[in-house]
Amino acid sequence: MNLWTDPVNFISHWLMSLLTGWGIAEWLANFLIQLIGVVVLVSMMMLIDILLVWVERKVVARFQDRLGPNRVGPFGIIQPFADIIKLLIKEDITPDGADRVVYNLAPILSLMSVLLLWAIVPLAPVIFGVDLNVGALYIIATGAIGALSIIMAAWSSNNKYALIGAFRQVAVMVSFEVPMIATMLIPTILAGSMSMGAIVQSQNVWYVVIAPLAAIIFMITAIAELGRAPFDMNEAESEIVAGFHIEYTGMKFGLFYAGELMHAFTFGGFWAILFFGGYRLFGLENLGPLVAAVILLAKALLGYWVIMWVKYTMMRIRIDNMLSFSWKFLTPLAFVILMATALMNAILRSVSSGVYIAGMFLMNLVIGLVVIEIVRRQGKRSRARVEEPIHRAVAHP
Amino acid sequence: MTIMQIIFLIVGAVILGSALMVVTTGNLVHAALWLIVTLFGVAVLYALLNASFLAVVQVVIYIGAIAILFIFAVMLTRKEMRDRGPQLNSAWWLSAIIALLTFGGLIWILQGWSDFARLPGDFPTGFDAVGLLGNALVSPDAFVLPFEVASVLLLAALVGAVYVAFNRK
Repeated sequence: MNLWTDPVNFISHWLMSLLTGWGIAEWLANFLIQLIGVVVLVSMMMLIDILLVWVERKVVARFQDRLGPNRVGPFGIIQPFADIIKLLIKEDITPDGADRVVYNLAPILSLMSVLLLWAIVPLAPVIFGVDLNVGALYIIATGAIGALSIIMAAWSSNNKYALIGAFRQVAVMVSFEVPMIATMLIPTILAGSMSMGAIVQSQNVWYVVIAPLAAIIFMITAIAELGRAPFDMNEAESEIVAGFHIEYTGMKFGLFYAGELMHAFTFGGFWAILFFGGYRLFGLENLGPLVAAVILLAKALLGYWVIMWVKYTMMRIRIDNMLSFSWKFLTPLAFVILMATALMNAILRSVSSGVYIAGMFLMNLVIGLVVIEIVRRQGKRSRARVEEPIHRAVAHP
Repeated sequence: MTIMQIIFLIVGAVILGSALMVVTTGNLVHAALWLIVTLFGVAVLYALLNASFLAVVQVVIYIGAIAILFIFAVMLTRKEMRDRGPQLNSAWWLSAIIALLTFGGLIWILQGWSDFARLPGDFPTGFDAVGLLGNALVSPDAFVLPFEVASVLLLAALVGAVYVAFNRK
């Protein structure tokens, strides 16, 4: 065991011998080391989060044909630090009639629900918080805490816009959770485990090849779960001003904002873990755990870029269309793919891997084409219904 | 006393305290939030017992679905969040006696159980609790019948909900 092949265990062993050498009891030393590990992971994520502010602003600027921050530091990279100082020294306002404890707890819970997700992310084969055997469900559970923080923020601010925003957002989150669970079950079936580490390990072929439709649906539901455009009903500026965080000022708003960016980056990471091989990249991950971690973070950034790409090029969808899109289109489709994948996985288990991959891909292709055909006919029919009266009016004036 | 026992005592105190707050606080939304603290404490207890599946499902279902539904229902049906009526009715002493008797009876029964004071051990390596649970739920000589009956019941509830909410035009 050395620093290059197993850094986390190496450092923890070294700390253990250091602490017990100082006369600290073993269980206390163990507890302290675990605590240090958590603090280091969270601090690293928060540091990345600060850079994400810069990344997001630069990318949106390019999409909108601007330059973005370019005054403070090279390429404006110091800009987020200036923003943080600004947020910290702003006046902190609590609205009249607000429920103080709940009001202050909500932003903390919001950021916490995102940071909790990193506990199960396998950065490398030997760098992970915990390899939970119920990893896929854990993602949904932390999403529940995120939804709770939104309701708490909205209710405690004593503001009607905030409450409307939270109702919309939670309705979207609860509906899109269903297809999300169904698509997360597909890597679970393919890998035979819900643990993120096992799912990455079993991806000799990336699951995006074996289950491309599931990868697309997962991305759509993840964007809805994040509450980002085109699903940003929670903060639709033109209708409800800013939604659930309307009353928050200074760093409390900053926590919501940081949580949103981190959440997008994290779901980019989970997209990579579930469908794009996680830290694996053509054997490059065998060079060392730090290389593997860099590969995963780069893939997460790519996923984050896709989320931003969608956000800044699509317009907002109306809430009823959004909910019927989830319940009448994504949910049945996700369940059909889930059942077909389970069936095909059982049938093709014994054949060679080439046939297996080709069969799975073909199955996805067929389902995709059938779905597109059904949607095309439905669209034609509903358009015909709308256009009918106009035709009659022209024919018999 | 091991660190597990200390954590257990802290979590137990939090569960009891928040459960008490659920029934004593006047504000209905606060009661729902205290209920979430209680349910989360129970999830921590499951995690301490190495039952990670139950712990996560507890959070997903009770906090993610039921508690949020509670809050929605309270917010959409009530104008006034504060309950001003008396908090006890005339039979409070009867229910107190029944609760105490149940508690005493449970303690009395569990005293006779040999594993009462045993600490949970770690699973042996390679022990797949989730896999075993999944197999047990669909195996004919284990729980497949209760599992299927529960799913039919849920389906019936779903159909009923759709029927009640369906808008005939």
